[in-house]
Amino acid sequence: MKINIKKYYSGFGSKKSLLIFLSPALLAIFSFFFIPVIAAFIISFTDFSIYALADWNYIQFIGFDNYFRLFDDPLFWTSLKNTFYFVIVAGPLSIIASLTAAILLSSKTTLFKSFFRLSFFLPVVTTLVAVAIVWRFIYHPNFGLLNYALGYLGISPIDWLGDPNWAMPAIILMAVWKSFGYNMIIFIAGLHNIPEQLYEAAEVEGANSWHKFRNITLPLLAPTTMFVGIITLIGFFQLFAEPYIMTQGGPLNSTLSIVQYMYQEGFRWWNIGYSAAIAFVLFTIIFVGTIIQLKLKKND
Amino acid sequence: MAAVEVKNISKIYDGNTKVVDNVNFEIKDKEFVVLVGPSGCGKSTTLRMIAGLEEITEGEIYIAGELINNIAPSKRDIAMVFQNYALYPHMTVFENMAFGLKIKKTSKADIIERVHEAANILEIEQLLNRKPKALSGGQKQRVALGRAIVRKPKVFLFDEPLSNLDAKLRGQMRIEISKLHKKLGVTMIYVTHDQTEAMTMGDKIVVMKDGVVQQIDEPIKLYKNPKNKFVAGFIGSPTMNFFTGKLNVENNGFRFTCANNEFTIFIPNNRAETVNINNTDSLTIGVRPEDIIINSSDSASIKANVDLIETLGSESLYHLNIAGQKFIVKSTVHLDKNITNDVKVSFNSKNIHLFINESAI
Repeated sequence: MKINIKKYYSGFGSKKSLLIFLSPALLAIFSFFFIPVIAAFIISFTDFSIYALADWNYIQFIGFDNYFRLFDDPLFWTSLKNTFYFVIVAGPLSIIASLTAAILLSSKTTLFKSFFRLSFFLPVVTTLVAVAIVWRFIYHPNFGLLNYALGYLGISPIDWLGDPNWAMPAIILMAVWKSFGYNMIIFIAGLHNIPEQLYEAAEVEGANSWHKFRNITLPLLAPTTMFVGIITLIGFFQLFAEPYIMTQGGPLNSTLSIVQYMYQEGFRWWNIGYSAAIAFVLFTIIFVGTIIQLKLKKND
Repeated sequence: MAAVEVKNISKIYDGNTKVVDNVNFEIKDKEFVVLVGPSGCGKSTTLRMIAGLEEITEGEIYIAGELINNIAPSKRDIAMVFQNYALYPHMTVFENMAFGLKIKKTSKADIIERVHEAANILEIEQLLNRKPKALSGGQKQRVALGRAIVRKPKVFLFDEPLSNLDAKLRGQMRIEISKLHKKLGVTMIYVTHDQTEAMTMGDKIVVMKDGVVQQIDEPIKLYKNPKNKFVAGFIGSPTMNFFTGKLNVENNGFRFTCANNEFTIFIPNNRAETVNINNTDSLTIGVRPEDIIINSSDSASIKANVDLIETLGSESLYHLNIAGQKFIVKSTVHLDKNITNDVKVSFNSKNIHLFINESAI
């Protein structure tokens, strides 16, 4: 016998009702995500500036000119270099720190687990501006905690935020400290999903802690690591608040990031078209980076 | 030589929850010993203490004469098979089996030889390149067995290895593990809650309840001479029938009167000679389902109502009651499934078990 499914499910399965249920979400996504993105994409091909805000007749389509201009812009290359420096150093550092913390906090012998979990996660939810005050004190060349501690090791004071060589490491340290708690929570969840019996089986077979980490934890945590890697990459490429508050991109543009440069071009000099082009270059970089990571995972 | 000796071991959690209570047993070299009991009886904890996965709160464990209390699991030279297989999901069957050897830095040629040897025994050679997720439950358990075999340990430990398999496969694997034991000639300790597995596989069975050993014996002795009511009820399927009542002295024996006075059974003297008749008010008798005769022509036979008849083919199970006192009879006599009138039963009094305060007499 042929059953007419539609007869039983009419009103639930029809496309019309689906659209009605989805429309609030679709509407929000469309107006606050797709329209701005598409608009920005179009703007990146124009010379949209502060004059255009007053009178749209000033807008001129200039094709790929903004993109070509980027190639000859030394400040763009500096910001790109700084951003890559940050991502390549801070990314792995953050992942290693968060994985280490997650493993330590998942161990049966660790005491005060929830206290430490909370402490490590606290920076994630604390406002950066408040955090920055503390870190500016830590990094203070004369009275800073860090230099004070280094003094015990016989290391002479370093002007952390004033020295072009040290400003980026200082930003990296702070950014890693601020972000690793979030990744740690994801890693803890990933670790909880690894069956305890696998470790027991390995233990009976003669595995020591390193064997277990290398042969069970790491491979079974791979999907989590992948996820953490990608969201960290995406987040870190958009570095902005830390240098904006701590160094304003200085000294000598040594901490100027792409997003900060984009912000400067767009909202200080009102070169909105140019700024939009920077945004799409950054989007392409992140997109390619993510694809590479996914490909690497597949080849594993 | 790999005898295992468990001496007065206890496991206490949080200072007061005793899950294993002063357990003692000895396992001879090459013996197959089954720890059996209902869930929560401490059998798995005992096994895990032997494996070293659980700390021993009190007592001592010796493997091949060596005290192993403070020796890491990896150094105890044991292999363990887990209920949910515990195969490494990212490794192939070959890698799973080779893992322990690789850690011990065994030579590559040796690893290949030993893995193939074990795979051959277990007939899983064609699976060596597969990952665990591509295997059925039975195949996974074979791989887990293989992983244990390749290391040639002194003692094999099994923690309910067949519980996740369906009934048919369980029957097959039961035979295979027994065969494996014969072939390898090693000491095996096997934990299960299934009394059939215990009866069919063990050279010796340790019955546990609430962390305490109830009886240690060969399967058939356990069946014939259970030390207490718990063992009597736990071993055997369907379970033993119990009736409470009183004993009175009679010529050449005793007469058991059921609590509701509905029926009496004569027990010959040799079965009840040790009974202290003054202490028999709360006496229980136990009769195995096969020791009740159905459609009996015995003059002492008793009328019973039929609740249900289950036909198994070679035999039938009769769920009967005498004035509400329910019991089961196993018999090769087949009666019509739909009979509604009473049947006559009599008891094989030679095989009646007597229990006072839960203990057998």
